[in-house]
Order: sequence, then C-alpha cells, then structure tokens
Amino acid sequence: MALKIGVDVGGTNTDAVIVDHKCRVLGAEKVPTTKNVGESIYRALDRVLSSSGVNPQEIKYLMMGTTQCRNAILESRHLAKIGILRLGAPAGLAVEPLYTWPEELKNAVGNNWAIVNGGVEYDGTLISPVNPEEISEVLYDFKRKGIEALAVSSIFSPVSYEQEIRVKQLAQKIFGPAFPITLSHEVGSIGLLERENSAALNAAISKVAAEAANGLEEALRLRGIEAKTFFSQNDGTLMSLEYAKKFPVLTICSGPSNSLRGAAFLSGLTNCIVVDVGGTSTDIGVMINGFPRESADPVELGEVKTNFRMPDLISLAIGGGSVVEEVDGVLKIGPRSLGYKLTTDGLAWGGATFTVTDAFLACRQDNVGYPGADLSNLRNVDTKFGEKVLHKILLDVEMAVEKIKIRPGPIPIVVVGGGSLLLPNKIGDVEVIRPRYYQYANALGAAIAQVSAEVDRIWALGDVKREEALEQTQKQALKKAVSAGADPGSVKVVDVEEVPLPYMPQRAVRIKVKAIGYLAEVE
Amino acid sequence: MIRIGEQEIEDLLWGAAVLGAGGGGDPYLGLLMAKKAIGKYGPISLIHPLEVPDDALVISTAIIGADTILLEKIPRGNEAYASVKKLEEYLGKKAYGVMTTECGGFNSTVPFVVAAQAGLPVIDADAMGRAFPEQQMTSFHIYGLKGSPMVMTNEKSDCCVLETKDNYFLEKLCRSISVEYGGVAYFAGYSLTGKELKEASIPNTLSFSLRLGRAIREARENKQDVIEAIIETTSNSVYGRAIKLFSGKITDIKRNVVNGFMQGKTRVQGFQSFSGQTLEVCFQNENLIAYIDGKVVATVPDIIMFFDEVTGIPLPTTKLRYGYRVVVLGIPTPEIMRTEAALNIWGPKCFGYELDYVPLEILHSAYYNTAPEFAS
Repeated sequence: MALKIGVDVGGTNTDAVIVDHKCRVLGAEKVPTTKNVGESIYRALDRVLSSSGVNPQEIKYLMMGTTQCRNAILESRHLAKIGILRLGAPAGLAVEPLYTWPEELKNAVGNNWAIVNGGVEYDGTLISPVNPEEISEVLYDFKRKGIEALAVSSIFSPVSYEQEIRVKQLAQKIFGPAFPITLSHEVGSIGLLERENSAALNAAISKVAAEAANGLEEALRLRGIEAKTFFSQNDGTLMSLEYAKKFPVLTICSGPSNSLRGAAFLSGLTNCIVVDVGGTSTDIGVMINGFPRESADPVELGEVKTNFRMPDLISLAIGGGSVVEEVDGVLKIGPRSLGYKLTTDGLAWGGATFTVTDAFLACRQDNVGYPGADLSNLRNVDTKFGEKVLHKILLDVEMAVEKIKIRPGPIPIVVVGGGSLLLPNKIGDVEVIRPRYYQYANALGAAIAQVSAEVDRIWALGDVKREEALEQTQKQALKKAVSAGADPGSVKVVDVEEVPLPYMPQRAVRIKVKAIGYLAEVE
Repeated sequence: MIRIGEQEIEDLLWGAAVLGAGGGGDPYLGLLMAKKAIGKYGPISLIHPLEVPDDALVISTAIIGADTILLEKIPRGNEAYASVKKLEEYLGKKAYGVMTTECGGFNSTVPFVVAAQAGLPVIDADAMGRAFPEQQMTSFHIYGLKGSPMVMTNEKSDCCVLETKDNYFLEKLCRSISVEYGGVAYFAGYSLTGKELKEASIPNTLSFSLRLGRAIREARENKQDVIEAIIETTSNSVYGRAIKLFSGKITDIKRNVVNGFMQGKTRVQGFQSFSGQTLEVCFQNENLIAYIDGKVVATVPDIIMFFDEVTGIPLPTTKLRYGYRVVVLGIPTPEIMRTEAALNIWGPKCFGYELDYVPLEILHSAYYNTAPEFAS
C-alpha cells in the first residue's frame, strides 16, 4: 500500500503526518525546529514512523512545506549574490531593477544589474533586437563581481520568452551548465517589476533552497524512506522536488494555503471559512470549491512586491502566546508573543508573563491539552479579566470572519491550529467545526495536495482569433501542470479568466488559465 | 508656490486617489518615476494659474492608451519630456510650466517627472477636477480650446506632430498612434496661454490633493478619524464640504467590461445610523450615481468615493469586495464643473442615465445649512 507523509517545517515546530491512499491519518507528531533543518525533519519522521508502527518502505510520497526560504528573505541572511539582466532598452530604463528593494536586502544580494536591448511589445513584435555581444559583456562583468545566481527578465516575456532563453544559453557558456539561472517568465506573469523581483528573489534563495532540499533528501536516506518527493507551493498545490529546486520562490508562501486545505480536508468541506490560531498570529481565510480564495493584491515579501498567487487572508496579531497587558485601563493583546517560550515563561508554567493562554486556562480551570501547565500558578488571576480577554479576541475574530465572507448567508467555520482551543464553540451565529488532528492541519494540507500550473498572457487579436488564443493558453497551462508532476490523464483546466484591455481600438485580451491534476502515480 | 518633494508627491497621489472617484488607475509606477526624478533633480514648484503671466505658454502632458501596458512596458523615462520639447520647438516658444489633464492615477504623475527634468514648475490645476473615463471630458474642450498641435513620442524617440481641425479627429488619430507605439503614447498638447489657463482650467486641484493626502496620512499616523480629517480638509477648499453619504458592509458587486470600460454596481447594507437602508452605487471605471433605497443621493460630476471603515484608506472600484466595511463620502465639485456647458460633457446623461444633475448641497440641504463642527 502506498502511504504519504506530509511534513511542515515551521519556525517553532516541525510536524509530520502519515496518511494512507484514502487520506486517513495513521500517525501525527510534532518536534521543535532546530537550526539544522535536515535534523528536525529526520526527528519528526523518526517519531511518526515509530509511534504509528508504519514500515518506511510503504512510504511512497513525501510532501513538504517549509518557511526556510521565506525567513531567509525576511531576515536577509544566507542569500546568494545575484546579477539581474533586464532586456527591453530603450524602454524599461525609467525604473531600474532593485530600485524598490530595501537597502539591507539590496546589499545582501549585491547591487548588480544591467538593462540591455531587447524585449517585445504586447503583440510580440520586437522593441529592439537582442545583441549577444552586449549581453556577454554584462555577463562577464557579473562573473568578475562574483555572482552566484542569475535572474533574467525581458519586457512582455509572458507573450514571447525566446530572448530570455537566448540569455540562458549565453550564460551557460560563461558560467557552466549547472549555474542557477532564473528566467522571469517561469516564475511570474504580467507585471515586469513584480515578475523580475520574483525571479531575483528566486535566484537569491537558490542556496538556501538547495540546503533544505539536500537536508530533506539526507533525512529520507538516513531513515530508509524511498519516496517521490514534492514541495507545496504558494497556492497550496504541489511541485516535484526537482521543480522546487529550480523555483524555490514558488514555495515561500505555502504555509497558509496548506493550513486552509488541511482544515477543509479534515472537516470534509469544500466551501468554508478557516480560522487558524497559532502561537503568534491568527490567519482567517476562505475555501471555495476546494481551493483557497486568492488575494487580489500581490504579495509583498520583505517590502519587495512580487506577483505570487497567495490566499486572501486576514491576519490578526493574536495567538496562544500573545502577551496580555492593561495600560491605563486599556486592554492590549499582542502583537508581542512568547512563541515557543510559552511553556517556560508563561504564567501557568511558572513564568512571569501573562499570556492569552493563561487567560484561557484561568477561565477553563482545566489543563487538558496543555501539558506542564499548573493551574495553581493562576490562582491570583481574576476570571472576569480572563473572560474579558477571550471576549475581545472573539470580537476581533468575528469581525475578520465577516470581512472575509464572499457572499451573504451562513458559511461553515472550521478552526484549526495549536491555539484554536481559545475560541468558543460559536463564532457569530455559527457553530464552529473543530476537526480531529486540528493541530496538524498544515502538514496534512501538504500531504493531500494536487498539482497545478498557471499561464497568464496578453494576446493581440488580429491574426490570432479569440477562440484560438483561449485554446492555446489552456494547452500551455495543461502542459505546464504535467511538467510540474501531474498525472496527464487527470489534468484539467479549472479556471479561465479573460480580460479585454481597455482603451485599445485593436482588440487585445489578457487570458489567465489555471490547470490542476492529481499526482502522477508511482508504480 | 508649494515645494513638492518626495513626501509631498506621495501625499498628493493619495489625495488624487480620492479625486479619482474610484477610477484613475494605479499610480504606483508613476510614483516611483516621480520620486526618482525628484531625488535626482530636486523638489518641484507647484504654482497657481494666477502666477502665470497672461501671454506665457503652458503645455499639458500625459499618456494616452492602455495603462495596463505600463505594468509590463516600463517607459524609458524621458518620453513625455521629449514631447514637450518638440512642441516647444514646433511652436517656437518655451513653456512657462506644465500641467496634467486629469487628477488620479499615472496621469497625475507625468507632469511632475517632466517638470523635474525640464526645471519647470507644475501648474496647480487640471482639466477634469477628478478622473473621467473619456478623453473629451475636459474643461479645455468645454471652453472650445484645441488639443492640437499635439506631439506624441515613444521610447525610441519616434515622434508625430498632429494638427487637426477638431478634438474628435485628434482623439481618433491619437488612439491609432498609441496602438502603433505599443499601446501607450506620451503626449504634449493643449498649449494654452496664461489667460486661457485662468479661464478654462480647474484651479487648486493638485494642492487640494496634497492637503487631502497629507490629512489622511497624518490622521492615520496620529490614530485619528480619517473620515473626519477628510471632511475637515474639504470644508475649506475649492471643493465643497464632504458629506458622509453612508456607512455599511458591501453585500454585492457586479462588474462587466463593456466597450473597454469596467461597468458595474456596488451594493452596501447600512450600519449604525444607516441600519436598515441600502446604498447602490453605479460605476463606469469611476463611481457615477449613488442611490439610498432607490432615491438619488449623489450624481456625477460630484465625487462619490469609498473608504475602508477601519483604516480610512480610499478604495478604488477595482479593490471593492464583498464584506468590506466602508464609509462612502460625497464631495461637491467646484462651480466651474457644474455649468450647463460642463454638464453637457460630463453630466449623468453623458453616461446614459436619464437623470438631471442635482448638486449635493441641494440633495442634502439640512447637512449643508448647518455649520460644520469638528472635534479639536
């Protein structure tokens, strides 16, 4: 029998969940995340294999979600030195690459960029021809400056990407075939600055991503698991390990998608609101027909605008470890959180800091689910005050739930996450659903995910008819999904968005297609 | 005269977003370009039309075409300036200052980039007083002024000089050229004398945007009520005192693209003092008509704008979503925008509504007959 393991490497804990082919949970474990990611994964795998008694040989798939790459960007550390080459001159000179990046991040990746001739118009005609000598000169200059990865962007590359590929060929001659090169059309859609940022970030995290991937492979080898390995990407679907090594930037926002999908799966619902209460924050999102609803605004990462697909979330800076204070009679909850120190510094554990969890335990008078918490430490806590704290959190959550709803009328609410016991059984007028394994929603979301791909491009409707443009875009999306690891037989187009460009007498249209399929089977 | 530095241009664009009345497009790229130009060449002077001598030359500059193209095809950065220089050469006269035709979006930033590069002032005025969806909806057109001669330039320094008999044919040619240029063209036109400027432009719109944007930012920084701050700022300006038309939660949004324009309707269910009532706002890129329970409460050209109830951030129609808690403000427009000739160009009937324009002050006479009260 083919079993799957879902792994979630979070900032505080690393979780692992084993599920069978019908997605029934056979085991779930949590261990603290240490500096060595490979070691954390190994310990989580070891624990879950031991406690479930599953034979490692039965594990055929492993799906991993991780925040390592995201944290590397947010903390400007372990980043590769990169060069960014933009094609489009004489257009594209007004705002240069990296212009919008914060100084610290810019310095961390080295401030190497160039804008050269090239690029195309929206209909694919040349802005100016590519000049191989000019490009080689820039690449040699980058080499002298010691770049470790290259990002290439060209104007309207989602319409025509030949120029980016041409640069890759030239760069491989100069840097060697294994050098990390990110072409912007592979990581993003329309929007030059955002797509270029995504390509640059992808190049910058190539080292961290390689470390995480190697750590994972090493952990699997040591524990005797031979499984086909996938990473979860930003929209909650999967990509192969090979793909993830090339495009790690597509994994950096996978956490929220995984918890949304995991929660929906655990509750058996395809349309619901999910409230994920963690140690530091609470994320509220919405599932529509089995997928997280995406945000209209692009994701910003370390102040850098990207063009990623990311679930539409409302995040509250309130979690189980949030510090509670009363200043001049005003109740203040968070944003400061004890995080993983809750079980040493929290009041109930004999510490000195009063947290949301202490308020909860004082009111409930019961420490089930909170090992090590001693209620006698809370005897001086006024339960009225505790209730006030919990009530304020509930009001904030209710407001966020109202805001995230997409249409009037009741919609089921699923609560998950380690801190979710803080919430009562009713939010607004709706009885909440608290599924079994609620604290493993993230790892489970990774384990059960499908594979997807998206194509977003502008077509000039003249020589090409609208129907043909639609068909070609859909074909591209299907092909992309299969190369990302989907079973060709199950892949289908799930979303087509067609937006005519305003103020253009000659018709042009932007077509966005998303295709999804089940994982290609391992025999 | 007002000095426009990096902070001022950012504030000005927040204010222009309010005058955008829900449309106007995303000014992000324009803001980056203007900030870069100011960083390189120093702050820009914003001068009142009255400071311009009667015989001096003022040139309007902006883009024409699909601003969606700009998401991908970032300009070279000197296109608009090249158009202005060419027009100066063609007319044989140096410009005293430059201006925009429209408040809101990328176009409110274009003259600032040119002004920084050319060392010229920007005129504190525009030709719409807000954002409108169609090019002929300008006060210049209302006063019979010609856009021609008009220069259109692209990033390769290709350049066309257009001379036409009327603005309609000019518009037609401009559209074709912008397509040949790749979807967007940078123009310089509406060369006015100082005298024509004083007569036919809508003055103070940029300084008003600046004050409005600054008020929004400062209120947010000081954790004060942004809506109150906006009402206070409008109450002594060329615009009228803003009125809180409604507050509530968005319960429905319909959007269709018709003839290249985003058309639709937003429905809001009332909260607090508006509990039990329903607001409907019809839009075509910009918000045009507002109804409460079927009764008209605001009409174009007066400004109808949505704000996030909690943060006070202005919300364009593209960002409105089910569930948002919003405050909807109406802002009376200056008298020059409400004349009979003006209403023939941008009144409700021009957008297909069989309605007469009624000023906000008449629709809400009880509110406007009381003196404003502000918390100190």
